[in-house]
Amino acid sequence: MKMEPFVRTEMLSEQPAPLGETGVLKWMRENLFSSILNSIISILALVAIILAFMVLMSWAMQPSWASTSLSQCQDDPAITGACWGVINNRFNQLMFGFYPRVEQWRPTLAFILMLVAVAPVLFNNLPRKMMWFSVVYPFLAVILLWGGTIWGPLLVLAGFAIGFILFKVLFGIVGNLAAMLIAVFATLLWWLYGVSMVAEVLSGIIPIGLEPIESSKFGGFMLSITIGVSGIALSLPIGIMLALGRQSDMFIIKTLSVGFIELIRGVPLITLLFVASVLLNFFLPPGTDFDLILRVIIMVTIFASAYMAEVIRGGLAALPSGQYEAADALGLDYWQSMRLIIMPQALKISIPGIVGNFIGLFKDTTLVSIIGLLDPVGLIVTIQGSSDWNGIVWELFLFVAMMFWIFTFTMSRYSMYLENKLKTTH
Amino acid sequence: MKKSVLLGTIAAVGVMAGVASAGTLDDVKANGVLKCGVSTGLVGFAAPDANGNWEGFDVGICRAVAAAVLGDSDAVQFVPLSSKVRFTALSSGEIDMLARNTTWTFSRDVDLGFTFTGVNYYDGQGFMVRKDLGVASATELDGATICITTGTTTELNLADYFRVNGMSYEPVPIETNAEAQQQYLSGACDVFTTDASALAATRATFENPDEHMLLPEIVSKEPLGPLVREGDEPWGDIVRWTLNALITAEELGVTQANVAEMAKGTDNPEINRMLGSEGDLGGMLGLDSDWAVRVIAAGGNYGELFESNIGETSVIGLSRGLNALWTQGGLIYTPPFR
Repeated sequence: MKMEPFVRTEMLSEQPAPLGETGVLKWMRENLFSSILNSIISILALVAIILAFMVLMSWAMQPSWASTSLSQCQDDPAITGACWGVINNRFNQLMFGFYPRVEQWRPTLAFILMLVAVAPVLFNNLPRKMMWFSVVYPFLAVILLWGGTIWGPLLVLAGFAIGFILFKVLFGIVGNLAAMLIAVFATLLWWLYGVSMVAEVLSGIIPIGLEPIESSKFGGFMLSITIGVSGIALSLPIGIMLALGRQSDMFIIKTLSVGFIELIRGVPLITLLFVASVLLNFFLPPGTDFDLILRVIIMVTIFASAYMAEVIRGGLAALPSGQYEAADALGLDYWQSMRLIIMPQALKISIPGIVGNFIGLFKDTTLVSIIGLLDPVGLIVTIQGSSDWNGIVWELFLFVAMMFWIFTFTMSRYSMYLENKLKTTH
Repeated sequence: MKKSVLLGTIAAVGVMAGVASAGTLDDVKANGVLKCGVSTGLVGFAAPDANGNWEGFDVGICRAVAAAVLGDSDAVQFVPLSSKVRFTALSSGEIDMLARNTTWTFSRDVDLGFTFTGVNYYDGQGFMVRKDLGVASATELDGATICITTGTTTELNLADYFRVNGMSYEPVPIETNAEAQQQYLSGACDVFTTDASALAATRATFENPDEHMLLPEIVSKEPLGPLVREGDEPWGDIVRWTLNALITAEELGVTQANVAEMAKGTDNPEINRMLGSEGDLGGMLGLDSDWAVRVIAAGGNYGELFESNIGETSVIGLSRGLNALWTQGGLIYTPPFR
């Protein structure tokens, strides 16, 4: 009998991979149990993690949310670990400091609107018209947070319009540079002298405004976010200017930029904060009421700008010089080449550094507790100072750390998303 | 040399600022609010409650002054100050007075240019140990590890005390009181030393306060009191005599409850002079005649303030000790209202 060779006539259908070669099992075999030693280490690590987690949970899971003082927690036999009542009891204070309770919708609204305002900056698939809101937002936030007459911020905003119109009108008459100088000078004059006078008159005629709240009432996370967000929003443009200034061919601009960056970077932030809170008082004429929080924001901003400038300079230095030459060859002027060719690439390279700076800046806002501002860390000491909560430590620090982590982790995730989106390599 | 020139310049500018704003009383009246520097949080002395209302023994002094000057014990803007910025805040005019458990020392009074207007609490540095350590006196602490807050007078006092007694110790430097508490409880040090009032307050928060004890030795003098800028005597007088009125009220039995009744006139001429039904002491201060009535009505007399904030009925449970009236063996004493 002739043996028919076996010939398969139809294709085998695809089979799922064997159980041991896919999914969790494969991953575990390859990563956790690839050798005896690795298996032992894996099991020991797992046991340690579970034990630590159980200890933490048995401490954290306590029916203590309703207690109103530490002694109440200590006296209650059902509570053997964390006393979370302090968070419940002082939540308002940790969020808003001493901001009057009936007015707390204002910082809350300002925070929500801030999310709306930054959205078009962060995600470019949103309608571009939303940018107008982002431009107006800072003035809106000032009105909401500090209250008072709405005319002050509005007139400051009008200063930009005055400068712009003046520039447009004079541009044809006296030329670019002179028009720019006059416009800037006129705007500064308006801000320094015009605004306060006109605002007084206007608020006399049409008194619209919210109840004014002094900055001394600011505290808690609201204070951290106010300082952090202002610092972040201001330090990026100033940092870009300083980085460009440092690379400039113009001697004075270059010297000033290098001097500023090196001077500010050479000084610890806490020193600048002390200057803001202590030394400035001596040099200002007595009776000047220069808002402490404003002083702190200025100091934090110039500090962050100096660092930002160096991060962006790193991005600029990483660009091949061919890019600069190509921009010149296309006949672009300085600002055009910076805006269209250099900066988009340099900023993309610097994203991790920039976001790293932002995160650092946001966490550095806790340093203001040393000059007596009641940010969340300052409030911890204050809350421990009340006779109800004297002696409580871990619960407060854990809560504050958790809140900071949420903010900074969001920032870091966004930076990864942005890097992915802008990735042009394949 | 350079440093001293710089400090001198700063001091000179500070003095000028002080001179230029002479007339704190008028400033306070114009502002309608008293800016009072307090601690950022110290049990029993100054801390805000959950609603943001400040309370405590030092806070009581601020409220009393506000009541005397402005007629409203709530017309106070409390400025929380860390120990590092408290003096510059006062000399630069950011605050009108400082009531921040500040020790009256020679250099602060003379060199920094402040006027201490009295003593509202006589404190001193003490030691806390575990009872099972078996120590009964600070002289038995040779070789102990000691938790101590850095950069304070307590550090220097401790070094002095151990040197005088020929003993050695191992310091564990700590930044804040709360941190010290944790270190001490976890056994990082045998002894925790700071002001005795703070030790008592700390001990009161422990799970088992009975396992710990304060040693009988007090190794330093820490008279705490309110202070104002030098060079504005009328304002200093107001703060000084507000404190004196609180103390005299306790001495004469004027309390928050009966002050309104006594203000109508009593058989005791000193009460009458103080409360304004006789003579014109208020006018001499630049205030109206009811000023002392409002001071006492704000939070009670010295004894009542003490009891409700730091005394034996409060959570801190300090006994009067040195802070009893001079008639009861303590040091609290005022010149007469005459």
